[in-house]
Formats: sequence, structure tokens, C-alpha cells
Amino acid sequence: MATETITAEEALAVHGAEAAGPGMPQLDVSSFPNQIFWLLVTLGVIYFVLSRFALPRIGAVLAERAGTITNDIAAAEELRHRAREAETAYDKALADARAEANRIVAETKAQIQADLDAEIEKADAQIAAKTAESQAAIDEIRESAARNVSEVARDVAREIVAAFGADADAAKVDAAVDAKLGERA
Amino acid sequence: MEGDIAQFGQFIGAGLAAIGSGLAAIGVGSVAANYLGGALRNPSAAASQTATLFIGLAFAEALGIFSFLVALLLMFAV
Amino acid sequence: MATEAVALVEGEEPGGLVFHPFDQFEIKPLFGEIGDPVSWYTISNATFWMAMAALCVIGLLVIGTRGRAVIPSRVQSAAELVYGFVYKMVEDVTGKEGLKYFPWIMTLFLFILFSNYLGLLPLAFTPTSHIAVTAVLALGVFITVTVIGFVKNGMAFLGLFWMKEAPLFLRPVIAIIEVISYFVRPVSHSIRLAGNLVAGHAMIKVFAGFAAIAALSPLSVVAITAIYGLEVLVAGIQAYVFTILTCIYLKDALHPSH
Repeated sequence: MATETITAEEALAVHGAEAAGPGMPQLDVSSFPNQIFWLLVTLGVIYFVLSRFALPRIGAVLAERAGTITNDIAAAEELRHRAREAETAYDKALADARAEANRIVAETKAQIQADLDAEIEKADAQIAAKTAESQAAIDEIRESAARNVSEVARDVAREIVAAFGADADAAKVDAAVDAKLGERA
Repeated sequence: MEGDIAQFGQFIGAGLAAIGSGLAAIGVGSVAANYLGGALRNPSAAASQTATLFIGLAFAEALGIFSFLVALLLMFAV
Repeated sequence: MATEAVALVEGEEPGGLVFHPFDQFEIKPLFGEIGDPVSWYTISNATFWMAMAALCVIGLLVIGTRGRAVIPSRVQSAAELVYGFVYKMVEDVTGKEGLKYFPWIMTLFLFILFSNYLGLLPLAFTPTSHIAVTAVLALGVFITVTVIGFVKNGMAFLGLFWMKEAPLFLRPVIAIIEVISYFVRPVSHSIRLAGNLVAGHAMIKVFAGFAAIAALSPLSVVAITAIYGLEVLVAGIQAYVFTILTCIYLKDALHPSH
């Protein structure tokens, strides 16, 4: 090893003497200003580009993505909520409609019943009225018939009495006829 | 003759300093081994400690690098 | 890679193997002769690869996201992944107050990450393998964090060094140790990054040097492949470690009481 490195040392002494001085280029102070200057320039450029363009842009993209995801989740939640609401509303509407239908059925039934009752009542009343009227007419007819009978009977009786030649007192005859009729009646 | 003795000393010193690199290797191995042992005992905590692992490795390795640097300085800069 | 050619040529010479593991780190003017002096404004290979890193950052984070799509394309997905990774790191370690400094930490992370990965391309130069670059990065972090600590907390920031849990007679000693370790932070912060990359790249070159011996060349190829795989890992991990240490230092500045 030692001999080999001595060769290296000698080779370096010959080969690298003009550029790197005694050994490591890292320790060659004459190259430091160059490196430091260009390092500062590079760092300045990178810092400027990063702080002005790259980092705000990536930050914005990441924030936008996070926002999009959050919004999408919120929207999905909202939609689910709305679907559930719609379902309850539908159920409620159905129940309402059913109740309404029942109510209408009952109402109509009641209405029909009421109408029916009223009609029946009216018909009954009419019938009763007709009956009473007919009764009255019958009664009148009967009365008039009875009166006619008594008159006919009086007239007949008077004529018979007259035909028998008897000078009949009209009043007496009438009374007698009435009495006889009254027995029959 | 005097220069030869100085060069002799440089190479001896550089060789001795290179031992330091080997010792640093023991240190690095110890850090990694203990990390692995801990990580296998408690895998859930392993992920949170990788940063500590790398810092430990870097510190152990840095000292080896220092001895390597001493060797280099003896070889080329003195 | 010119290095290897030279190594191969020189390998023919008596003396056998020749290694040039550090030639790849040389700073050269991009235009003009090899020997030209590199002054502070010269466009060098370091300049070129730093610019490539910046272009990759812009390509990924600006051009990749120009669709601003809610459902992202692949490139935009990757950009969002990086953004989320660093954002979460900053938030977890420093809390909400640290997010103000998020662009700054993101800049460091992306620059180091792309420099490391572009440096793994063959023939590429790695800016983060140079101590000058990582020292500027680490010192920038150190100074900024210290200033933030004093501006946010005033003198209470010094409570970072004064352990209230420790026994009273130990506190000054601990305080001295804490102060020293505080000032060592930028050193270890920068050398860790540069050292890891130098070590990996130099290692690959050393194994490439062994390929000059015909009997060893298959082994050399296998070793280079393995080390390259390790380097891919290291490039990512070192960028991560640099960033998370920055976050930890920032947390200390924002909340100095332990």
C-alpha cells in the first residue's frame, strides 16, 4: 500500500501541481471565492423561484384538492340527507293522501247518507201529505155523499108523503128522515 | 532522510485514523440493530422513530467521516 | 474520467497501480485552458453543476406543476411528494412557527439533493463535496438560527445552555459543554455532508484504479456497483439529515427551553 501511494503522491505532485496544489482540491483556497459566489447565486435563484412561484402554486393545488375532496364529501352527505328527506316527505305525502282519501270516502258516505235521509224524509212527508189530502178528499166525498143521501131521502120522503096525499109538514119529514138516517149512520 | 521519516509518520497516522472508520461502522451497526430490535418489539411505534434513526446514524457516521478526514489530511494536506 | 485514462496510461509504468481519487473534485474553468486561474466570477464546472441543480429544481417544481391539476400528472405528483415530505418534516420538528422558514429549508434540501444526485452521474462534478460549499450552507444555517433565536427570545435564548434540571454545581460545566457543542454544530454539519460525498466518490475512484490489474477487474466492477448503490442511498440520506438537523437547530432557536 505504502509504495503504491507514494507513487500516487508523486504522480499528484507532478500531475496536479498546476491545478490543485499539494493535494485535496477541497483545500485549495484559491477556488473558494468562485464556489461561494456561484453557490450564493444558485441558492438565491432557487429561493426566489421557490418562494415566488413553486411553493405557493403547490400549496394552492394541495389546498384546492383538499377543498375539493371536502366539498365532494359534504355534497354527497347533503345529497344523502336530501334523499332521506325526500323519502320521508314521500311517505308523509302517501299517508296524507291515504288519510285524505279515507276522509273523502267517509264524507261522501255521510253526504250520501244525509241526502238519502233527507230524500226519504221528504218522500215520507209527501206521502203523508198525499195521504192526508186523500183522506180529506175521501172524507169530503163521504160527507157529501151522506149529505146527498139525506137530501135525496128527504126529497123522496116528502114526495112520497105528498104522493100519499098527505099534507106533510116539511120540517117534520126532514126530522124523521134525519132520525132514520142517524140510526143507520 | 528527514522527509522520509515525516512521510512514514503520515502514512502510519493515516492508517491509524482509518481504524476510526471501522469503529464508526460498529456504531452505525449498533444504532441500526437497536432500532430494528425496538421496531420488532413495537412495530406500531417504528414509523414515528425513523427520523431519530437517521439522525442517530448520521451522528455515528459523522465521527467515522471525521477520522476519514484526518486520514485524508495526513495523506494529502500536511 | 480523464483521470482513469491517465491512471491506465500511467499504470503501464513500473510501479503498478496509480490512484487519482481527488482529480474529480478539481475546480476547472468550464471554458478555456485547464491551467487558467479560477477567479470569483469564472464560470467553472462547479458553476455548471450548481446551475444544473437549480434547473432540475425549476423543472420539477415549476414546469412540472404548471398544469395545477387537481388530479396530478406524474411529475406534479413527485413535486407534491417532495413538498409534502419537507413540509411535514418542518411542521413535525419545529411546530407551526417554523413554517415561516419553510421556503428556506426547502431551498437547502432541494439544492443538496439535486447536487448529490447529479454528482452521481459519470463525469459529473459534485458541488456539495466541497467543504467551501457545505461550510457556507452550514454557516448560513448557524448564523440564521442564532439570529432568529436572539430576535425571538432575547436573552432568554441563552437558557438553551443553562440546564435547569441539572444540579446547581454542575450547571456551569454543562453550560461550557453546551456552548462548545453549539459552536461545533456548523463544523460537523458541513463536514458530515462533504465528507460522506468525498468518501464515496473517492472510494469509487480507488476501486476504478484497481481495474488496471486484469485479475482484479471483475472484482473492481462488482465493488464499484455496490458502492454506487450505497452512494445513491447516502446521497438521499445526507440531504435528509442536513435538512432535519437544520429543522432541529431551528426548533432550538424557536423554543430554547428544552
